[in-house]
Amino acid sequence: MTRRDLLAYLPGLTLLLFLAPVAAGLIGTWLPAFGYFPALEGHGFSLLPWQMLLAHPGLPESLRLTLLSGFLATLTSFLLTIVFLAACHGGRIILAIRGLMAPLLAVPHAAMALGLAFLIAPSGWLVRLVSPWATGWDLPPDVASLPDPNGLALTLGLVMKELPFLLLMTLSALEHSRADERLAIARSLGYGPVMAWMKTVLPAVYRQIRLPIYAVLAYSLSVVDMAMILAPLSPPPLAVQVFRWFNDPDLTMRFVAAAGAVLQLLVVVAAIALWRLGEILAARLGRAWIAGGRRGGKGRALRVLVKAAIQTLVVLAAAGLLAMALWSVTRRWRYPDALPSSLSLDIWSRLGNDIVWTTGTTLISGLAAAFIALALVLGCLENEQRRGLTISTRALWLLYAPLLVPQVAFLFGSQVLSIQIGIDATWIALVWSHLLFVLPYVFLSLEDSYRALDERYSRTALCLGASPNRVFWRVKLPMLLRPVLFATAVGFAVSVTQYLPTLFAGGGRFVTLTTEAVSLSAGGDRRVMGVFAFLQAALPLAAFAAALALPKRLARSRALREQRA
Amino acid sequence: MTVVSVAKEHGLVLRQVELAHGGQRLLGPLSLTVAPGEVVTVMGPSGCGKSSLLAFVCGTLDPALEGSGRILLNGEDISRRLPEERHVGILFQDDLLFPHLSVAGNLAFGLPPQIRDRRARRARIEEALAEADMAEFYDRDPATLSGGQRARVALLRTLLSEPCALLLDEPFAKLDVALRARFRSFVFDHARAQALPTLLVTHDPQDALDAGGPVLEIDAAGKVCAGTDRPLEQRGPEPRRTTE
Repeated sequence: MTRRDLLAYLPGLTLLLFLAPVAAGLIGTWLPAFGYFPALEGHGFSLLPWQMLLAHPGLPESLRLTLLSGFLATLTSFLLTIVFLAACHGGRIILAIRGLMAPLLAVPHAAMALGLAFLIAPSGWLVRLVSPWATGWDLPPDVASLPDPNGLALTLGLVMKELPFLLLMTLSALEHSRADERLAIARSLGYGPVMAWMKTVLPAVYRQIRLPIYAVLAYSLSVVDMAMILAPLSPPPLAVQVFRWFNDPDLTMRFVAAAGAVLQLLVVVAAIALWRLGEILAARLGRAWIAGGRRGGKGRALRVLVKAAIQTLVVLAAAGLLAMALWSVTRRWRYPDALPSSLSLDIWSRLGNDIVWTTGTTLISGLAAAFIALALVLGCLENEQRRGLTISTRALWLLYAPLLVPQVAFLFGSQVLSIQIGIDATWIALVWSHLLFVLPYVFLSLEDSYRALDERYSRTALCLGASPNRVFWRVKLPMLLRPVLFATAVGFAVSVTQYLPTLFAGGGRFVTLTTEAVSLSAGGDRRVMGVFAFLQAALPLAAFAAALALPKRLARSRALREQRA
Repeated sequence: MTVVSVAKEHGLVLRQVELAHGGQRLLGPLSLTVAPGEVVTVMGPSGCGKSSLLAFVCGTLDPALEGSGRILLNGEDISRRLPEERHVGILFQDDLLFPHLSVAGNLAFGLPPQIRDRRARRARIEEALAEADMAEFYDRDPATLSGGQRARVALLRTLLSEPCALLLDEPFAKLDVALRARFRSFVFDHARAQALPTLLVTHDPQDALDAGGPVLEIDAAGKVCAGTDRPLEQRGPEPRRTTE
């Protein structure tokens, strides 16, 4: 009986575990933003932090960069996703791209950004490949391709990371929207394939991908690690600027930083509201558009175009990863050679000690966060099934909360909280801060398969006399092995990606592959950067490979046993 | 339909069972008795709550539904017991063999834990398989079995758990006609041999005919509209109306 009761408390505990730090963090950031921060002699309320923030000369430019790259990246990712799925519905390329998207999703943001930087910098691989024979550039060209003044490199990097996420979310939404039937009807009424998809499938699918889109928008508007690598830095996008203020040696700048963090939150809230307005407008216009009855053409040109765009992005991402790997084993690679002139593992052996420590920290925090998240999620889902509860849309919003609230807007407050309860800069704080972002993703990647498992299996097992706990361990878990391992790998990958949480919660004591890769990006030795960025990308990919291989391995050993018997 | 008033009765007894959803009655009230070795058939259109009735009996009713009434098994009220403590076996339309376990693994899952000794457990499973002419299937993956073989393994798994009653939720519906007749007699023979009270729900009249026991008919509104205490074949073409 007690165990049953414990399970019933689990959803509440889980929500508390990951909402309390967000809520406390927001309050702990808002108070200093209005001058109240006793630790730094701020005992009363004032608007001084805001006056200093608004007087900052770089603020308008920071805001412009933030809004431009955030909206452009979200809009591009969204349009590419739906046009690709509309134009290629049912085609083999969707399966192929889907297979490629999962590993791309696993690559941490910072690694993707560094890979892209290796490609598009004035002395990057792309220029080297075509110079000097095609361009005549014997020296790296004097163009501001990285960073460019409008943050387009950042936008491109964001699209490369957000497209896989949106594509996979939309594909899974498609499975619940009877798309084939809708399309068959529309096609039989004379609609072209793309038009049929846009008019009959998109309205059903959009509802389900709304939250992921908001998450993408919020992320793109507040990204720090990618921006530090790809965006202009004087002045930088708002989130980077706020992060700098938080790290300013002049402690009074904490107040300005807190005000900036609140501004960052306001920017995200306003952007989501604006997007929502756009949705309403698009829905109204869309209804008239659908009622107009235009059938549309075969959409062949569009298909060619969107396929090319997606393939280009995939090639860019892959080439970026390859460039990092190549740089990490380079001894000499003179401009404008297309390939290194000599290779060696010197860098690897020279960095050996650092590599072991940072990889170890990354592994421990990642595995701990992933497995704690897995246990909590499994407990919640199991509790939900035993009690016949279903999660409401509103609860889903709670789940998305840590993904919608900009990290820089609450992590400072959470850090203050962790200092107060005495866990600042400990493993507990580090893993907990990762858990906030790991948990939602583990839940999202596991819930469908968990609920889809035919409940008659567990009923049968119960009627055979097995207790609910035995049913869970012996029937459900083995049958769900594949999605459970996959969700664990997702959780691990999300943890590896975390940059700001590691810095804030870790109090600077913990160096992971991600923090190392980002801090090295300012330095300039591409070989060292290559090592850490490569490792950072390799770790999550290895986790996914293991999650896919293990069930197959078990199946094979079972088949062998059977043969022998 | 035998009317029962004695509590200390062998077999499965349902008393005034009713299923409701949000206060709205779905099925019932329904009372019936299944004597050991007897097969009682409940017939009705799909959606009338037949399967939920069986779920109520084995304690796995969808929490969104409310069930009331009493279930007595060999004289004991089991209505409030946990599913795993009821000793009621159930077979569904699909065999639901656990795909991650071998045939023997599935059967061992059903075998009560009181049989401790590994060799004794193995012997029980081999004996059951041999008796079903499936001795060579011990180590096989269920996925490699034919539909009829899987159905038989599913029944063996249930029987090995030593249930005190057997519930059948249209377990013949997905088998082809020739196989269906054979598996039907396989199930009924075993149920009779072990003197299990058996409750069958179906919409196939042939199932009811073969069961050879009392038949209860439920209409789309979940009301009992006809019943007989005699096997179907002895009745006229039209079911006898009851006054309920």
